[in-house]
Amino acid sequence: MEDLFNLFHGFAVIFSWYNLWMMAVGLFLGVVVGVLPGLGGPNGVAILLPLTFTMQPTSAIVMLSCIYWGSLFAGAITSVLFNIPGESHSVATTFDGYPLAQQGRAGEALTACFTGSFVGALFSVLLITFLAPLVAKFALKFGPPEFFAVYLLTFCSFIGTGKDTWKTIIALMLGFGLAAIGMDTISGQLRLTFGFTQMLRGVDFLIVVIGLFGVGEILVSMEEGLKFEGKSAKINAKVVWETWKKLPRYWATLLRSCLIGSWMGITPGGATSASFMGYGIAKRFSKNGDKFGTGELEGVLAPETAAHGSGCAALLPMMALGIPGSATAAVLLGGLMIWGLQPGPLLFIEQKEFVWGLIASMYLSNVVGLIMVLSTVPLFAAILRIPFSIIAPVIIVVCAIGAFSVNMAMFNIWVMLVFGVLGYVLKKLDYPLAPMVLAVVLGDRAEIAFRQAMMGSQGSMGVFFSNWLVGPIISLALLMLFWPAISTAWDKLRQTLAR
Amino acid sequence: MKRQIRKLGYGVLLLVVAALSSVATATPAAAWEPTRPVEVIVPAGAGGASDQMARTIQGIVMKYKLMKTPMMILNMGGANGAEGIIDTKESKGNPHKLMVAFSAIYTIPISTNLPFNWRDLNPVAMIAMDEFILWVNAETKYKTPKEYLAAVKAAPGTFKMGGTGSKREDQIITVAVDKIAGTKFTYIPYKSGGEASVQLVGKHIDSNVNNPSESIAQWRADQVRALCVFSDKRMGFDKKVTKDQSWADIPTCKEDGIDVQYHMLRAFFLPPGTSADHVAFYNDMLKKVVATQEWKDYLEKNALKDNYVTGAEFVKFLEKDEAFHKKLMQEAGFAEKK
Amino acid sequence: MEQKQTGGRTHSGLSHNTVEMVTAVVTFLIGVVMMFDSYRIGSGWAVEGPQAGYFPFRIGAITGIVSIVIFLRAFSGKKHNLEKVFVTWEKFKLVLMVLVPTLIYVLVTQVIGIYVASTLFIGAFMKTMEKTSWLKTVLVSVGVSAVLFWMFEIQFLVPLPKGPLESLFGY
Repeated sequence: MEDLFNLFHGFAVIFSWYNLWMMAVGLFLGVVVGVLPGLGGPNGVAILLPLTFTMQPTSAIVMLSCIYWGSLFAGAITSVLFNIPGESHSVATTFDGYPLAQQGRAGEALTACFTGSFVGALFSVLLITFLAPLVAKFALKFGPPEFFAVYLLTFCSFIGTGKDTWKTIIALMLGFGLAAIGMDTISGQLRLTFGFTQMLRGVDFLIVVIGLFGVGEILVSMEEGLKFEGKSAKINAKVVWETWKKLPRYWATLLRSCLIGSWMGITPGGATSASFMGYGIAKRFSKNGDKFGTGELEGVLAPETAAHGSGCAALLPMMALGIPGSATAAVLLGGLMIWGLQPGPLLFIEQKEFVWGLIASMYLSNVVGLIMVLSTVPLFAAILRIPFSIIAPVIIVVCAIGAFSVNMAMFNIWVMLVFGVLGYVLKKLDYPLAPMVLAVVLGDRAEIAFRQAMMGSQGSMGVFFSNWLVGPIISLALLMLFWPAISTAWDKLRQTLAR
Repeated sequence: MKRQIRKLGYGVLLLVVAALSSVATATPAAAWEPTRPVEVIVPAGAGGASDQMARTIQGIVMKYKLMKTPMMILNMGGANGAEGIIDTKESKGNPHKLMVAFSAIYTIPISTNLPFNWRDLNPVAMIAMDEFILWVNAETKYKTPKEYLAAVKAAPGTFKMGGTGSKREDQIITVAVDKIAGTKFTYIPYKSGGEASVQLVGKHIDSNVNNPSESIAQWRADQVRALCVFSDKRMGFDKKVTKDQSWADIPTCKEDGIDVQYHMLRAFFLPPGTSADHVAFYNDMLKKVVATQEWKDYLEKNALKDNYVTGAEFVKFLEKDEAFHKKLMQEAGFAEKK
Repeated sequence: MEQKQTGGRTHSGLSHNTVEMVTAVVTFLIGVVMMFDSYRIGSGWAVEGPQAGYFPFRIGAITGIVSIVIFLRAFSGKKHNLEKVFVTWEKFKLVLMVLVPTLIYVLVTQVIGIYVASTLFIGAFMKTMEKTSWLKTVLVSVGVSAVLFWMFEIQFLVPLPKGPLESLFGY
């Protein structure tokens, strides 16, 4: 009950014209940085941080967190329309979002994305409101073996039975190899840099994605004769309504993604892992699982719900423990400290007004954000009607800027170009690109967690089954990995028994 | 027609010249001033201690209008910060680039053989020093460093020390403690001090050697205990931070017979090939920054040691500090074979 | 490497299997290079767990072996696969029409900055692809660059590569 009282108090704090205005400004900027690949939540928040030093901390966090929500919402837009993820967590959205746009159902796809995001956010905020102390304690249970287990689970839930096993393996291995470039955190040694200073920072995942998906897609489109396959979609308020009517039947997928999202946000796994896991699990359990990748509404709903859910939930460990659950949360954390607030277990006791103001603003700003992005759907869908001769070079320019601004290096643009050609060739040869992207995102982190666990256990594998948390997760992961084999064996067994 | 165009051209040129000269004459006091946005290179990730310091300074500069052009913060944290340092080194003669420095300027060249040295850069000033503290989980029974290290000594290899990265300040301190106290820690590298701090609360490690700012939240919540500070004298801030302790109440490790001292510089460098005028401008600006109340509050909150050093004295400090790191790292076996 | 299908068939071009084999050779080489570099930094299992090169070495090894499998499969491929065309020359020409200008664009960016290069790139693209009118071409290409400049340099303070023109204006 006290939570509800606090929440109402929080609403009272944020209901001022000034705070509402800050909310709108934040959301708008968030949408802008979310749409541009390369610029993302972390940039948006970091760039505006100095402006907030003279503001009230509550107003400041309302504005900055709104940038975050805006970018979470808007990352899907370019994924769906052009196959270019505006944010790293919207890569999984391209798998089904882009095919939908090609079928002329961009409006539906975007509506599903935004609504899914909203549902995921709402779930996480409810969780934070009522279970904050409990959830914060749960996050503390995660040490290296547990982190490794979660990454393994993400892999195993995502790596389904590809069409061509050998090519899936190559794609995965190339991804792992890319993730290994740069300095090894555990030993401080340089790996696979071959003495080039440009390779020191490693190959950022965003550059790979921009190249493979963005530039690669343009090259493929060129073959089809100077146009995107997307037919200009009919978009109006009716589409939104029609899509909403379809959504309730995907309640199971939504619920699963909500759980995955909030879990991955709380135990800092990040929005990107959450979106991949959400997609993978949905594909595994949905009745239409085998149609995923050809334009299933469920396939955009699942990753977006999980991503936004995890983004919201990531604020809880940030406030309660001082650990950022995502890159954006890391910048917000820095902001908190600069405003003179000390994130950590005492924040909830000492800064009630701030914490509950933020939580209340999360409810409100996600509603406002949903309305805002939904109203932009026709605008973005109109982009599809611009002639290819204009949109193609503009996309290449935006891709180049995105690649450059990841860490201000001209070298990145060249890398992007190489991956563009690679994306074209691999796509035409039917190499699956999704496992490669996943491996680039998680390969490095999974390796670090594994080796930290090994150091702690002095090289004993037993550590992965040493407690009630890590053991079941690992078992679940292995079950997922061998599920296709298990299910075929089970079917055969049943057939023989029936006979 | 042609003539008109030429006239127009002259006009534009005249305007440009006028604009440029007005910028130059507006402030006769300083010999040089930035004419375009200044990029502040942070060789660490967003949200970490170096990043926070840079952004605090950015806020102060903006608030008091200490610079006419905007200041942009760029995070280049790849390869433990080598990315940002090398970028600065390669921006020869660019006075619109300022780099935030910490001990990585010595440790990276020693541990990786990467081709740079702080002498390649143009030192501006050191503005503070960071302390290091030995932390344990508050639920353990260890109240003094002596008790804790005795327990570690009794069970070699089973106690886990967490820290930021590999072959960096945290591991250097760990090895130094091992050497002086005769212990044997298992060092586990994490991506950031914040992570090491939370892992300590979750009992996934037994201790860490975090900076005050990285562990203050857990300390105040009574989740971790500060055993001692790796310094020759106690910290100067005597305002209560937890219920019953201030930073000044934490004893030095030396008091308990473990004579390990380590400080990390927080400094600024310009790219090579920049002039004394450029250094003078930034020096002047930083001097104004450290005089503000906001900066003093920042120092106190993060228990940083106020230490403004510049010019020849700064270079002397850098030389001494580098030799100190070299010695420690060679003893620990962290130096990469040439 | 490239075999042109004879007989004047409409879909002559790069054979699917050739590209498949070339790709396999490239991935094989990547695998070998990874193994080589990982061996250098230690690819064993030390007391404290896997060394820095442990995983990359094995990743390289797997990449190499699987590449051989894919190569052999393409080499002894079925008949219909042999005749399958990766891309016809006509379509390949279209792909090059984007790829080559993009390459030039990146090169030019390095010299005169991204804003001027983008203006030229977008303008050239519009002019050659669709023969848009000069007015429209200039409006769109300059407009896009101007908006980008305003957004990145002025609003978000993200410094992108700039050249002599921008420095004339003090950026």
